[in-house]
Amino acid sequence: MRVLLRNPTREIEIDGRRRVHALLAELALNRESHLVIRNGTLVPGDGELGADDVIEIRPVISGGT
Amino acid sequence: MHVGSKCRTCRRPAIIDLPRHNANFCAEHFLELCRRQVVKAIEHFQMLTPDDRILVAVSGGKDSLAVWDLLLELGYRADGLYVGLGIGEYSDVSGAHAKAFAAQRGLKLIEISLRGDYGYDIPTAASATRRVPCSACGLSKRHLFDKAAIDGGYTVLVTGHNLDDEAAVLLGNTMRWEIGYLARQLPVLAARDGFPKKVKPLCRLTERETAAWCVVRGIDYLVDECPMAIGNKHLGYKATLNAMEADSPGSKAAFYLNFLERMAPLLADHLTTERDALVACATCGAPTSGEVCAFCRLQATASEHRPVPVEMMTRGRR
Ligand code: SF4
Ligand SMILES: [Zn+2]
Ligand SMILES: [Zn+2]
Repeated sequence: MRVLLRNPTREIEIDGRRRVHALLAELALNRESHLVIRNGTLVPGDGELGADDVIEIRPVISGGT
Repeated sequence: MHVGSKCRTCRRPAIIDLPRHNANFCAEHFLELCRRQVVKAIEHFQMLTPDDRILVAVSGGKDSLAVWDLLLELGYRADGLYVGLGIGEYSDVSGAHAKAFAAQRGLKLIEISLRGDYGYDIPTAASATRRVPCSACGLSKRHLFDKAAIDGGYTVLVTGHNLDDEAAVLLGNTMRWEIGYLARQLPVLAARDGFPKKVKPLCRLTERETAAWCVVRGIDYLVDECPMAIGNKHLGYKATLNAMEADSPGSKAAFYLNFLERMAPLLADHLTTERDALVACATCGAPTSGEVCAFCRLQATASEHRPVPVEMMTRGRR
């Protein structure tokens, strides 16, 4: 699957299928600070991502006060 | 066999897991949960009434657009205020998001430009005064938000601060036992001596939830982070809290919401004794404890200084 990451913006390829929480764990990303989006729709933690999916892992943390 | 998570309310397929509620939700019932949390905050702290004229400070990011959207949906009347901070491309893009949101919905958006209206920008102010960028920025925004609310005859100023923002500030203040700051760390501050009433209706929603609100509602917000935030303390406190949250879901909300319920009332005395006498700033007339207010002093120094591009302030950080 193709995964879009931010800060900095970049794309990576992951082989095979994954559940969302497994993918976040694999990339060492905290699930409290990210959303996973496929075709404009949120995918929950146990949602399955297909090998051909294009997904975005979007950080949700803002830095200002 | 795995069947995929179901919405706690309707059992249809879920779109989001909320570990702190130990539940999953479909789009419809996730939005309902967010609305309920905001209504609860507004009612519990008597933040707003239907008669209020509300000004929402809008940055183009997820929180400010979510709170504006939520208030309108709940039937409140609310205009927006955008302050162009002059932080390079980040400010250009954030302004475009704020303006597009307002234009698509036919909303009024008041626009102020730090460089155009006050002769400086945040990178220059930070450099000229040797302040941390977010400190120069926070001071500027607070002053201009207050002024716009008072000048425009608004009865309440709304900001998009969420539960993570408040919990991070609380952690910072607690680490240093800043009793005065802790006493004032409430999601509603009453109007006084030339300051508008200020409220934070998103204080019961985490930033993952406010971002999800925007995604579900189709709100196009600026995802990229302000380049000046990189490496600041606030982000460090948030990371610490989220690390604890991952091990123990609900701990972040308990830290902040239980503070409001159990600790803040005990600090109420410090709130009244902290009040010092305020006079009008000799330059701009805003309430201040000195002769010239901190904003006017910052502006005087920063507007004299040769403009500093944002790249000069971010190079070598991270
Ligand atoms: S991160 Fe800091 S400098 Fe950037 S907009 Fe927020 S307060 Fe201002
Ligand atoms: Zn549902
Ligand atoms: Zn002044």
